Amino acid sequence: MTIAIETHDLTRNFGDLVAVDHVNMSVPTGSIYGFLGPNGCGKSTTIRMLCGLLLPTSGSATVLGIDTQKNPEELKRHIGYMTQKFSLYTDLTVTENLEFISRIYQLPGATRQQHISAQLEKYGLGDRPAQLAGTLSGGQKQRLALAAVTLHEPELLFLDEPTSAVDPESRREFWDFLFDMSDRGTTILVTTHFMDEAERCHALAILDAGALVADGTPADLLADLPATVVEIESEQIRAVREALIKLAGVIDTAQIGRHLHALVQPQISAPIDYLQSSLSDELPASMSIIKPNLEDVFVISTQRATQNVTHEPSVVA
Amino acid sequence: MTFLSGARIWAVAKKEFYHLRRDHLTGGMVAGIPIVMTVLFGYAINTDVRNLHAAAVDEANTSASRALLADARASQVLQFVESASSVQELEMLIATGKISIGIYIPPDFEERVIHQRTPYAQLLVDDSDPVILGAVRGLSNLPVGTNLSRRPDTFAIRPLYNPERRSAIFIVPGLCGVILTLTMVLFTSIAIVRERERGNLEMLITTPVKSLELMIGKIIPYVLIGYLQISIILLLGVVLFDVPIRGTLTDFYIASGVFVISTLSLGLLISTIADTQFQAFQVTFMTFLPQLLLSGFMFPFEGMPKAVQYLAEVFPLTHFLRIVRGIILRDASLSSLSAELWPLVLFFVVVMLLATSRFRKRLD
Repeated sequence: MTIAIETHDLTRNFGDLVAVDHVNMSVPTGSIYGFLGPNGCGKSTTIRMLCGLLLPTSGSATVLGIDTQKNPEELKRHIGYMTQKFSLYTDLTVTENLEFISRIYQLPGATRQQHISAQLEKYGLGDRPAQLAGTLSGGQKQRLALAAVTLHEPELLFLDEPTSAVDPESRREFWDFLFDMSDRGTTILVTTHFMDEAERCHALAILDAGALVADGTPADLLADLPATVVEIESEQIRAVREALIKLAGVIDTAQIGRHLHALVQPQISAPIDYLQSSLSDELPASMSIIKPNLEDVFVISTQRATQNVTHEPSVVA
Repeated sequence: MTFLSGARIWAVAKKEFYHLRRDHLTGGMVAGIPIVMTVLFGYAINTDVRNLHAAAVDEANTSASRALLADARASQVLQFVESASSVQELEMLIATGKISIGIYIPPDFEERVIHQRTPYAQLLVDDSDPVILGAVRGLSNLPVGTNLSRRPDTFAIRPLYNPERRSAIFIVPGLCGVILTLTMVLFTSIAIVRERERGNLEMLITTPVKSLELMIGKIIPYVLIGYLQISIILLLGVVLFDVPIRGTLTDFYIASGVFVISTLSLGLLISTIADTQFQAFQVTFMTFLPQLLLSGFMFPFEGMPKAVQYLAEVFPLTHFLRIVRGIILRDASLSSLSAELWPLVLFFVVVMLLATSRFRKRLD
């Protein structure tokens, strides 16, 4: 198994703020690697360093065997980076945008038109080659951005919250494209806030306040979850929550519809008894232990974030 | 009818102050523009012209003629910087911009003075710059010898290029430079800053495109626009205002090309300083106003203090004005104006290197 991305104590400061804090990660070639974490946890900053757009304050990153600090320009030929914000030209048509990108990457001119048409067909834009990019819908814009960023067939794709502005149907379709590319050997690093998307990744890393707090396959992360999840049903769910959240053994609670999920410390051997004993008789509740989901993993891993909110620095070129 | 809410107006105004406070460049300009401009222009602009470059041909060579030249020099309106031996030579020196005024004293000068046959001598004036004509008018009544009782018409003034004194002839060639200075710098600076504002730049710098490729590619369309604009101005000048084109158009277009790329490079440099289109506009304006006022287009170059003249020698517009007036009005060849051309080339090279080195394909 070859490694597409490898970092050693990758760190980036913006003034006093540590945006990325000694991150060590390793992404196998051909995998879809998910990047999770609260807003401002350093996901975008990490990606920008991996693309050679930002210099690390310390540490290093090797991407596709290329040192990102020593040879960023060589790296740029082999990667694609889809920014969080739509970054193609809104006042150019779909085809004009792709022609521009094609020329910038010096793709062969003789087959340029066929190449672009094929790309438009593939990403469902074949019926609107002459439409201005700015007038496309959110899903169409995102497909155009993906068509542009994959035009030069990069070996590695960075996707920064690619699905934050699209509907569930388009998201599903988008992930089909990603699996297609992954099948053909493209490595994909994708950031997301959607847990269903995180579950689709081959491996995940959770960042919190710049530090990597958990990583592994979704299955491993669930298996290793340092908590028991108890589902609680009650008529007075808010009052139950108020009572339980005060307990030292309860890490966090989350209300899901009429249910409450309580994350209980793993040392507590009988979590249901532990919770029941703390509720008074006026608050009857039925409880059962359930399988954790990735959201539970996320909440546990990023617990510290609540005391330690950071801001994503707005970086402009 | 609903009443205006003072609280809401105040909310909007207060928010606007916040914007200004966060935008350091604009904040600086609020005080910077009036301070710099007032001090600079108050100190620099002087309509009282002194020390115009001149040369004299004295074919009389008598004590009276030499005294007249000494008086002319003592007036401080002119200073003799070149020597000449014929009227043709004077005209040549004026055409190439080496002098602005030529004094010709005829062989029969002494006789003319004795018989009070005015004019006694002749002033050849480079009136491609309107300021000069006004400045030398005072010289025309310079007293000769001991006859101080009246103001004689000592000199006949001979305007060489615009004897009818039509303003359009002065203004149109200079306008080519002034308009391009504004539009070229503004177009380029905004073109790059816009990419940054809209987020296109983050995409661009992730591609293999090189900084210099980006810079050159960015200015090519504006070079063409510059040529289009300058052609329109010249065409209108000829058709509407009868501006004569005395030199060759080839020379004019070559010089314009050099001028256009030098202004475009300034635009690129500004784009590496400004973060927003609004800032780009302000910085452009900061560079435009001094050029407009100090280049010699509006106020006499010779009237400014030496320090400001050195500053103005940096501006592309200063040199282009001299070139364009030379070619269009005085039939000067570009090769004879090379002293004005190389500062433009130098400006382009230095500013372009500065802009390219400031533009990083990185976000930090």
